[in-house]
Amino acid sequence: MPDVREIRLPGIGVRHEFTTTDGERVAVLVHRTGRRELLLYDRDDPDTCSTVLHMSPDDTRTLTELLGASQVTEAVTEVQQRIEGLAIEWMTIPPGSPVVGATIAEGQFRTRTGVSIVAVIRDDATIPAPGPDHEFRGGDVAVAVGTPAGLDQLRALLVA
Amino acid sequence: MTLAAAAAESDAALAFIEIGAVALALAVLARLAARLGITAIPLYLVAGLAVGVGGVAPLDVSAEFISLAAEIGVLLLLLALGLEYSADDLRHGLRTGFRPAAVDAAANFLPGFGMGLLLGWSTTAAFLLGGVSWISSSGVVSKVLGDLDRFGNRETPAVLNLLVMEDLAMAVFLPVAAAFALGRGPGSTLTTVAVALAGVVFILNVALRWGGRLSTALAPASDESLLLAVFGLTLLVGGLAQQLEVSAAIGAFLVGLALSGPVQQRAGTLIGPLRDLFAAVFFLFFSFQIHPGDLVGALLPGAALAVLASAGKLASGWVAGGSVGAGRRARLRAGTVLIARGEFSIVIASLGAHLADGDDLTALAAAFVLVTAVVGPLAAKYADRPRPRHRQPA
Repeated sequence: MPDVREIRLPGIGVRHEFTTTDGERVAVLVHRTGRRELLLYDRDDPDTCSTVLHMSPDDTRTLTELLGASQVTEAVTEVQQRIEGLAIEWMTIPPGSPVVGATIAEGQFRTRTGVSIVAVIRDDATIPAPGPDHEFRGGDVAVAVGTPAGLDQLRALLVA
Repeated sequence: MTLAAAAAESDAALAFIEIGAVALALAVLARLAARLGITAIPLYLVAGLAVGVGGVAPLDVSAEFISLAAEIGVLLLLLALGLEYSADDLRHGLRTGFRPAAVDAAANFLPGFGMGLLLGWSTTAAFLLGGVSWISSSGVVSKVLGDLDRFGNRETPAVLNLLVMEDLAMAVFLPVAAAFALGRGPGSTLTTVAVALAGVVFILNVALRWGGRLSTALAPASDESLLLAVFGLTLLVGGLAQQLEVSAAIGAFLVGLALSGPVQQRAGTLIGPLRDLFAAVFFLFFSFQIHPGDLVGALLPGAALAVLASAGKLASGWVAGGSVGAGRRARLRAGTVLIARGEFSIVIASLGAHLADGDDLTALAAAFVLVTAVVGPLAAKYADRPRPRHRQPA
């Protein structure tokens, strides 16, 4: 992996720069608000940023998925292979789901299905190891680990 | 109903109508400024002339009310500035940006100071004019950098660091200037300056040491409670600082610095609209007291000072750009983007409004800000033709 240089922009955010294998300079500017910009530099004038791509949080997520999707899949496959009989699954909770507004404790998911909810992805933030008082909202993605049968039961509870 | 109550009620009605009409006019001006791609400050100043002393539509609203709102505007401007930066930004700035900051101070303070002396003003008024010509408008500069997509450029961190250093310099300059402006004998002024500087160092230390604890204490608060807490704290610290003759504005600035992390972020978002409202009153009130005739007279020296002080900023940008190894074009970009002066020049000039040369000082400062705030962003834009390809979601 190439060296990523971190440059502080006081009052604005942080710029992460690196040079690609082909010698192109690329940077990602993370605003303090969390908004991101993808910056490409001019080959002839290294001082000047030639292309700026402004991204909404949605755009950032899409781009991340497109660039990193295969790696995520590989990582998951590896986990599944390592722990035999255990599966991991992402489940999106639709706005109309009966669990919207309920906490994990109230749902008694582990008691009912034997499956653990190990993380919740909300907007672009991941909530690792959500507590029993985590309250579900429509659009949350629950990351669950358990037996395939348990996962099927959980899906019925969350999505139905 | 007593007669007095009825009179008070009709006074209130009149005040509402006047304030409402002025606020609507400012709304239109702010929109116009956004369309032109400049800051609204010069337009507010012109609007203030129209409704002020000797203007076309003088207001009847009590000056006491407006001046208090204007003072709060100054505190909120400085608070928001403090919220922009973290303690780490300051430490980093102090470590790396000393030389450009020194060049910046010399090349931009001296033109104003010299012109003040040349016009035959008192040393105090000339000193304040030096401050007016020194400090760039960090609000305008960061907005222009964003609008022109310059955050990725090599010179940009150096430009932003220079702004941090200017703001720190102002934390020292403002109380010193305020002490001079009190106009006491040399011995007593010296004491006031010493007390003021000790006060700044003390509050800065408290802010950096206890800021984390304060932020943690405020973190669980709801938006409503956080807004009130930060607003209250700002006025309280500002008032106490004023009691110590340190200048209320610096107290507010240091409150902003003391907050850190997520609380800093949230407070910035919450205070933003409040600052815009009260700062607009401040700019209005500032030019409120300027006779339009004085301003016309000040246009020529104002433009001359703008030329000198623009050259000063080009020098600052050249040195700052050079310190990060940027090339010619980037160094020119750095200089032009710094030309714009705005809120802080007006804050500094307002300290001297009551001096013997106060009328001349405020008129010249207004003229100077009018010119640089309009020319600066334009110069920054045209310093870099052709523009980079720009892609943005429609």
